[in-house]
Amino acid sequence: MADLPLSAAREYEPTFGDYVALLKPRVMSLVVFTALAGLLCAPVPVHPFVGFAAVLFIAVGAGAAGALNMWWDADIDAVMRRTSGRPIPSGRVEPGEALAIGVGLAGLSVVMLALATNVFAGAFLAFTIFFYAVVYTMWLKRWTPQNIVIGGAAGAFPPMIGWAAATGSVSVAPVLMFALIFVWTPPHFWSLALFMRSDYDDAGVPMLTVTHGRRTTRRHILAYALALVPVALGLALSPVGGPATLTVALAMNLWFVRGALRIVRRDEAAAEADRYAVEKAFFRFSLYYLFAHFLALLVDAALRAGGLA
Amino acid sequence: MTVLRPTHDLHRRRFSRNLGVGLTLAFFVAVIFGLTVVKVSRGDPMQAFNHVVRPEMEKAAAEASK
Repeated sequence: MADLPLSAAREYEPTFGDYVALLKPRVMSLVVFTALAGLLCAPVPVHPFVGFAAVLFIAVGAGAAGALNMWWDADIDAVMRRTSGRPIPSGRVEPGEALAIGVGLAGLSVVMLALATNVFAGAFLAFTIFFYAVVYTMWLKRWTPQNIVIGGAAGAFPPMIGWAAATGSVSVAPVLMFALIFVWTPPHFWSLALFMRSDYDDAGVPMLTVTHGRRTTRRHILAYALALVPVALGLALSPVGGPATLTVALAMNLWFVRGALRIVRRDEAAAEADRYAVEKAFFRFSLYYLFAHFLALLVDAALRAGGLA
Repeated sequence: MTVLRPTHDLHRRRFSRNLGVGLTLAFFVAVIFGLTVVKVSRGDPMQAFNHVVRPEMEKAAAEASK
């Protein structure tokens, strides 16, 4: 077979890394961690290799949803500074390729999860991909300032899918894990929207900061931080919780509410004076917040397995 | 006579992509193989109802419904 002459090649041939970037690896790492927590906290033991495969296919499903999101949102990604370097707006990957990769991996991950574990988990993953790619990306994101709130559900499903992969059903504990991520998502993204000042305005995405102003956004962050307290404590007192989760929930929520109070007490002048230091610190802390809670759940699961709790 | 052409950046990119896809596919095959080994060695059901009378399955179904 003859080589393709250079003159017939595209201006830029994507590398494998460009395809990987389509799958939003950083989001995938969070999905892997929370799905693993859901799987290991479930009362039904899973064979280690089946568990590994389940988490792998949940992560691939999340990656597929990410690729579909990038395919649909290429126009607004190109406008926003934070996302303009993504593979499609920067011209490294063709939109059609992203669509094909997204659809292909979505189908593969759903079928493989169903075969590796059970049909309920596979169907749950399919619903999650649909929710993120269609309900959030195509419908809510450009339509309502509550986009982050409802769309956050898609990112909150992985621990429930992990649990479903182990047990074939869901119960109160995985619903509480879902609720933790679901209520955590809005203050996490709104703090980002506060210091990514003009990005969402330029792109015309109806973020709360654009539609209702920064003052309202600050108040909403506090409201959600307060709503997160009973959810985190409820999770700590649920059958999957324990001393580690309770300790983390008490300490982290105190800190989170304190950070939200600092945000609500500031106005734009004060925020601009220190270049949004408080908002940036809150955003960073919110990442540790979620990580610490799910790590604590894993610690408590290990303590229970070792007969220590 | 074949003339050797210098390797263009495009070739390097194409090779990286082909290698990545190839390794991913090999990994996928290994995962399927691993799952098969686990499921077979664990004794998961190897047969299901397919309109053929199978007395051994009837017995298992009767026990499961008890």
